[in-house]
Amino acid sequence: MQIAVEQVSFSYPGGVEALRGVSLTIEAGEAVAIVGENGAGKTTLARHLNGLLKPTSGRVLVGDWDTAEQSIAQMSRRVGLVFQNPDDQLFERTVRAEVTFGPRNLGWQPAEVREAVDEALARVGLSEAADTHPYDLHLAQRKLVALAATLAMHTPVVLLDEPTTGQDAVSVERIGTIVDRLHAEGRTVIAISHDLDFCAEHFERAVVMAEGRVLADGPTRQVFTRGEVLAHAAVEAPQLIRLATALGWEAAPLTVEEFLARLRELRRSR
Amino acid sequence: MIEIENLTYRYPLTDAPALQDISLRVPRGQFCALVGPNEAGKSTLCYALSGYVPHFYRGELSGTIRVAEAEVAHTDLPHLVSKIGLVFQNPFNQISGARFTVREEVAFGLENLGLPRERILEQVDEALELTGLTPLGARSPYALSGGQQQRLALASIIAMQPQVLVLDEPTAQLDPVGTKEVFAALQRLSAANEMTIVLVSHKLEWVATFAERVIALAGGRLVGDGEPLDVLTDPALVEAGVGQTRYSQAARQAGDQGKPLPVTLAQAVEFFDADRR
Repeated sequence: MQIAVEQVSFSYPGGVEALRGVSLTIEAGEAVAIVGENGAGKTTLARHLNGLLKPTSGRVLVGDWDTAEQSIAQMSRRVGLVFQNPDDQLFERTVRAEVTFGPRNLGWQPAEVREAVDEALARVGLSEAADTHPYDLHLAQRKLVALAATLAMHTPVVLLDEPTTGQDAVSVERIGTIVDRLHAEGRTVIAISHDLDFCAEHFERAVVMAEGRVLADGPTRQVFTRGEVLAHAAVEAPQLIRLATALGWEAAPLTVEEFLARLRELRRSR
Repeated sequence: MIEIENLTYRYPLTDAPALQDISLRVPRGQFCALVGPNEAGKSTLCYALSGYVPHFYRGELSGTIRVAEAEVAHTDLPHLVSKIGLVFQNPFNQISGARFTVREEVAFGLENLGLPRERILEQVDEALELTGLTPLGARSPYALSGGQQQRLALASIIAMQPQVLVLDEPTAQLDPVGTKEVFAALQRLSAANEMTIVLVSHKLEWVATFAERVIALAGGRLVGDGEPLDVLTDPALVEAGVGQTRYSQAARQAGDQGKPLPVTLAQAVEFFDADRR
């Protein structure tokens, strides 16, 4: 399902102009990372993709739907958004009830709902916590509950707003695996993140935003080596690219494996 | 400045203790980072240092916690708040809602301390500067992005100039440059103002670059304590879920035995010095 953001501008009621003429086309099945400074408009853009916000001017198309003409409930069938702050999203008494809420509202059969919920809980590693009250969990785990609630709805587009903040190494790896699997299943995955190491490892395309505009958009390797653009957006290249640059390499390794492959090559040729 | 002896703590209605037999001393002006996997007890230790444990959360506590000469378990919260500042993990919970602008929000706590006007303005401006919020001083706190709200929560506490500053992932939502600026600002506060700082963070590259000491928790127990480089390259702690930078990971897998593993960029460049082009 293609997403087309066409010349979108948006101002909040207080007058803050959060998006200034953003255009972006995301094809079905792409894995796209959106990075950029605080206040760049990343979250505002995400909220346009699932119709929570409607453009002040321009339009957003998700498949054949213009988000301005769809209800939020309708949009949630196509685009699942996992909020930055899970507490904006969680309201049920148990983890299972929370994750069941979405798919049940889609009018599925009870058995289908149960299967989707079990599978989503397993993906985030919270099967054992199904009967726990979400607020008895740590913030990092509540974030995983919010993620499971979205995964269970099987939307063709999954939008993650800062999925790795506050997560430990094991959870970040788990979230990475979830992204890779969604991508392999042909779903569109879009993440907003300040964790460029994570973005480099799991997203093929990167969009850099600052001051409500898109500064750069392209293959992750290309975008993450554009130092001046990244600096303008208050982000820094991933650790391995910074290291490769400092060592005078021309290669831009996105993963530890790529770094080691290049290292072996260099050492062989010496 | 901080003296914890044999601290064990259990939240109400739970079986397993959140903290088990923690003993720890932090001298005045030290900048310590607290690392560890989810559920290690990092947030609970922050609460214990600032009095929310046991005064707000109740539960069962044994051992002693002394911070800035106060016996935390036997000193009431209002008295502790003037000495110990806590920046919560979730900034969305920390904005008072009682003020119209960012600048007023930062001044709010200081007004409650009854400081003279000049002093308040000075401390507010300094805190805004340190957190990069000066250009947004006139904006409504509710017209800020998530990362900007987190900067605001941080500024509000820094402005109070507590003797001890406890921060639970204060940069989780900050952009990378903002994160580095906050770490650098905290380093300055500890060095220049002798503020004692305990900071929880998963951002190991900046922890290793700026903190003087790293304390690792796992499963409610203290599992590591020392120089950042030693603690953050300890294989047992990586195994325990503390994590590692890509630099350490790459160096470990490159298989150069004997050399100390790097945690920061500078250390990694030195480690791979022979592989320069």
